[in-house]
Amino acid sequence: MTAHSETTPEPSLEIGGETKPETNYKQIMKDGLWDNNSVFCMILGMCPTMAMTTSATNGLGMGLATAVVMTASSLLVATFRNWITQEVRIPVYILIVAAMVTLVDLSMNAWMHELYKVLGLFIPLIVSNCLPLARLEAFAAKEPVLPSLVDGLFMGIGFTLALTLIGAVREVIGSGTLFADASLLLGPAFKFMELRVLPPDTGVLMAVLPPGGFLATGLLLAGKRILDVRAGKAISMGGAHSVG
Amino acid sequence: MSAPAIAHDSPLKHAGILGGFCLGFGVMLAVTFILTADAIHQRADDDKRASLDQVIPAALHDNNPLTDTVTVVGHDGKPVTVFRATQGHKVTAVAYEILGSGYGGEIRLMLGVDAEGRVLGIRPLAHKETPGLGDKIEPAKTDWLSRFSGLSLGNPPVDKWKVKKDGGQFDQFSGATITPRGVVGAIRNGLEFFTANKAQLVEVR
Repeated sequence: MTAHSETTPEPSLEIGGETKPETNYKQIMKDGLWDNNSVFCMILGMCPTMAMTTSATNGLGMGLATAVVMTASSLLVATFRNWITQEVRIPVYILIVAAMVTLVDLSMNAWMHELYKVLGLFIPLIVSNCLPLARLEAFAAKEPVLPSLVDGLFMGIGFTLALTLIGAVREVIGSGTLFADASLLLGPAFKFMELRVLPPDTGVLMAVLPPGGFLATGLLLAGKRILDVRAGKAISMGGAHSVG
Repeated sequence: MSAPAIAHDSPLKHAGILGGFCLGFGVMLAVTFILTADAIHQRADDDKRASLDQVIPAALHDNNPLTDTVTVVGHDGKPVTVFRATQGHKVTAVAYEILGSGYGGEIRLMLGVDAEGRVLGIRPLAHKETPGLGDKIEPAKTDWLSRFSGLSLGNPPVDKWKVKKDGGQFDQFSGATITPRGVVGAIRNGLEFFTANKAQLVEVR
């Protein structure tokens, strides 16, 4: 994952004549993927996390749709950040997120219909996710366009990875499969991802029902904390803060 | 409010900003809606046609059942849109939506029936049954729904159109009785609807 950091452009893009200390893109990416992960650290976006992780494929689909909306809305908010006044910023952010969601929903329905049939039910749920709003308020409202874009994208990718992981755990335990129906979401070329881990009818049904969502999320969250403690990191209690 | 509208914290300025954003994004969404409306309508028709194709074999008709519809009032007083497949101006099959009540709420299915009242095929359109239990009605998961093909009211007799647990002849699946009960009931009602309205449904125009 850190391989992405090599391709990062030099932090030279200055917008609106700001003079900021140089932006640490590597840290923004690391925050999104691990250090300040939306699900496992900030514990934001729990509604789609619980509802949509009954399989790894569902988690992946929800995560990807959210990542697209987060990237686009972070870009827009950062672009307009000097015009949006403090008093009306929240309605404007909600407007931007809702508009992006509707835009994605309509365009996918019209031009990517096969994908829409799989992802369609996830997309309206993004509006009810507090994660995009939190990142707009905490990051994009204060930072230049490029860092905001990177933050939105990597927070989205981190969300996607978390949901896919939770979905995978629940799916293996609950249904005995992994990435079932992935070819419907990603195309026939991804048929190889569809695995059967356990024999049919041996799954523990509870894992794909709501209690399984809480258990899997809680255990994975605890697991991440253990890894962080082992690595000697101070545990950050999910502040929506970031670099800068 | 000591200064006119140009002051820094004037409410008018905030209102203008919010209004401007609303207008801008509103226009953007309107344009997107207009650009996508035709394509979305087309896709919705394609989807419906695909589900009709699955319950009425293409060999049975030379018309487009999607546009050849009649609306008949069902026994519960609600109008039912019936798609008709015709060949040489003779109705060979009809298809319509049937509703069953399952464990997780309503189960919507598309039922195809030939002119003699025999089941041609059934496809679930939407349901909220428990994953791993009730969702075995999906053709992608099991072939449970295919066992109804070729059956009609009278074969088996009407009082055997129940799951085994209720004294009928259809298997429920392990761990789930309510879903199959709802589906079998919906198919029985659907066939009764056909019998009750047969004259109107297969009428040659």
